[in-house]
Amino acid sequence: MVAAILLQGEEAAEHVAAVPNWFVEHTWLVVLLPLISAALTLFLGKRTPGRGSVYGIAAVGVSFVLSLGVLWQFVQHGGATYESGVAWFQIGSLHVGAGQLVDGLTAVMLIVVTAVSLSVHIYSIGYMHGDQRFTWFYVVLSLFTAAMLNVVIANDLFQLLLGWEIMGVCSYLLIGHWWEEHVNSSSGIKAFLTTRVGDVPFMFGIFVLVAATGFETSNIREIGEVVAGGELSIGIVSIAALLLFGGAIGKSAQFPLHVWLPDAMAGPTPVSALIHAATMVAAGVYLVGRLFEIFVHAEPYVLQVVGVVGGITMLGAGLLGLVQDDIKRVLAYSTVSQLGYMVAIMSIGPIGRDAAFFHLFTHAFFKALLFLGSGSVIHATHTNNMSEMGGLRRPMPVTFWTFLIGAAALAGIPPLAGFWSKDELLVGASEGHEVLFVVMVLTAIVTAFYTTRMVIQTFFGAYRGRGHPHESPVSMTGPLLALAGATVFAGWLGAGPVGAAFFDWVFFEEPEAVELVPWVAALSIGIALLGVAAGYAVYRRWQERDPIRSLGPVYTLLENKYYLDDIYWKGIIRPIRDPLAAAVYWSNQKVLDGAVNGAAGLTKVSAKVVHAFDRNVIDGAVNGAGNLAGFTGGLLRYIQSGNVQRYAAFLFTGVVVLAIVFTRI
Amino acid sequence: MIRLPLVLTFAAVLFSTGVYGVLARRNAVLVLMSIELMLNAVNINLVAFSQHLQQVTGQVFALFVIAVAAAEVGIGLAIVILIYRNRETINVDEVNLLKW
Repeated sequence: MVAAILLQGEEAAEHVAAVPNWFVEHTWLVVLLPLISAALTLFLGKRTPGRGSVYGIAAVGVSFVLSLGVLWQFVQHGGATYESGVAWFQIGSLHVGAGQLVDGLTAVMLIVVTAVSLSVHIYSIGYMHGDQRFTWFYVVLSLFTAAMLNVVIANDLFQLLLGWEIMGVCSYLLIGHWWEEHVNSSSGIKAFLTTRVGDVPFMFGIFVLVAATGFETSNIREIGEVVAGGELSIGIVSIAALLLFGGAIGKSAQFPLHVWLPDAMAGPTPVSALIHAATMVAAGVYLVGRLFEIFVHAEPYVLQVVGVVGGITMLGAGLLGLVQDDIKRVLAYSTVSQLGYMVAIMSIGPIGRDAAFFHLFTHAFFKALLFLGSGSVIHATHTNNMSEMGGLRRPMPVTFWTFLIGAAALAGIPPLAGFWSKDELLVGASEGHEVLFVVMVLTAIVTAFYTTRMVIQTFFGAYRGRGHPHESPVSMTGPLLALAGATVFAGWLGAGPVGAAFFDWVFFEEPEAVELVPWVAALSIGIALLGVAAGYAVYRRWQERDPIRSLGPVYTLLENKYYLDDIYWKGIIRPIRDPLAAAVYWSNQKVLDGAVNGAAGLTKVSAKVVHAFDRNVIDGAVNGAGNLAGFTGGLLRYIQSGNVQRYAAFLFTGVVVLAIVFTRI
Repeated sequence: MIRLPLVLTFAAVLFSTGVYGVLARRNAVLVLMSIELMLNAVNINLVAFSQHLQQVTGQVFALFVIAVAAAEVGIGLAIVILIYRNRETINVDEVNLLKW
């Protein structure tokens, strides 16, 4: 740790000195533990009792406790932002660091991520029991948790990007966990590529910001200060904000990139709960919240774009949730819709951000609860289709009651968490954002309606599936009960009547006076009950033909998901992919094969040349020497005539020659 | 006192005669005799120089040569006899089995 900075008001400074700060200073442990557990599970998992699940559960459990410690000390310190870090690498003048930035957002997100992750880790023991890649599942689960926590505590944009991308990879791996079925692996690819469409602008947003600061820093806090100080032109800030929002659109499944999330339900249900409901999809919202300075100091139209995108998403996805038969897809569209709420409300400024994070906080718990509940149901019935369920409240009482609590929270029934956070959203929008307010109210009715439909079709009436469903094991019902508890109580933290502790924790700089506006609360309850009543009226009795089909063309439109997938397929993917494939094929055939064949041909020719040279020149020299010796020897052998007198003649001739030579000398 | 050059000339003539005999004769016995001529020409030289230089070495050497020559002729004649027994000829031209 090269630098540790405490940033706070003056009265907080006095506070700080007195209170030990161990947990906050060691927030990085929260990230490190799941990472270590991922490595341990990978290398030792299969040889460990429990096939590796113990590492993940222990590590995330400790992380959860540490996160509680962080939040506790953070509150003790009166909300002092703590930052420390190390140098990571340097490019030119740009010093990229890695470290921890602990403020209210971080502290709360740590709790959310570790709590949900812990629940999912425990739940997966039962759900994934007997899976052939059980250990690998836990490896990726732990790695994902580490990556998400890294995003949460990152104090540098590049560090954040690192975690962001690892999350994407883990999401891809887990959606395609059962890759033997082609639809699962293609869903993974779709999720990965669709979020990538958003990640590219996000990356360029980072580049724009770093370049705008003159390649001085990529530290989030410093960039925030630079932007807040008005040192950058508003145009550049706006561009950066829009680009960054692109990343949030992709990751948080906002319109028009929401198409990957419903398909991501192909993954195991615990994954859907952890990644595609509670944490990773919330990362986009977190990103906007973390870099909110940039959005606030951009041109006003940027926040309007945020609001419009969120508004379209919340209502559009909510309507899609009406027509789904797959229980996980209902929840997926519900997630998209709720994320739309969070994104849209941030368009009204800092108050909206607080409300958005409160909703993120409560939504993480009740949506994880709903997903795990649906997983429990799927585990029992071996189908995702609600038309093959029904009447499950008797054989599965724990699942039923916890699911009912989650569903009521989603529908916005007081006093559950969803009511309080949705109420904050409506209060925020009610002050001068009429369009948004109306959209939110409509979405709330739709939400209550499809939630009711889902609960009735799954748990009431007669069982329509095969076999005899039974309650899930304790490892699955335990997390359900824990999350149900959180769903009941989490809302009170930010609730008006009992004091807004949540807002005190998260945003000390500007403690918002969160009041319970009576008419908004009444309206909120009213629309929730209206939606539930409508849902009950329509779905009271099981009908083979879904009553929603009587909507006619509207139903067709919804059934086809507004034809967005078709538009993407025919309008973007095919026109790009087919020529691209042809071009790649062509270049493969002509250029690459040509190069390969050419190289082979060249090698052949040169080999022939070398062969000929070897044969003729080198062997020629060797054989030639031999032949020459043989030939001259053949000539000379005739001297060996066997005639003694001729030998004597040579002898005397030689003597005479020698005599002459030596005489000369 | 015979003058040295005269003796040397005589020895040279004798030697040349011997050489001619060795090279030209076909009869192996005559070849051996020609060799004797050459050896004795050398002996004459040795003795002549011994006399001329007033040193006894040359004469001693000549005695050795005579002894060696006797042995040589002995072996040579034995070979000739064996050849004759085997081939019924002592013509050296016909004794040419050891060749290419």
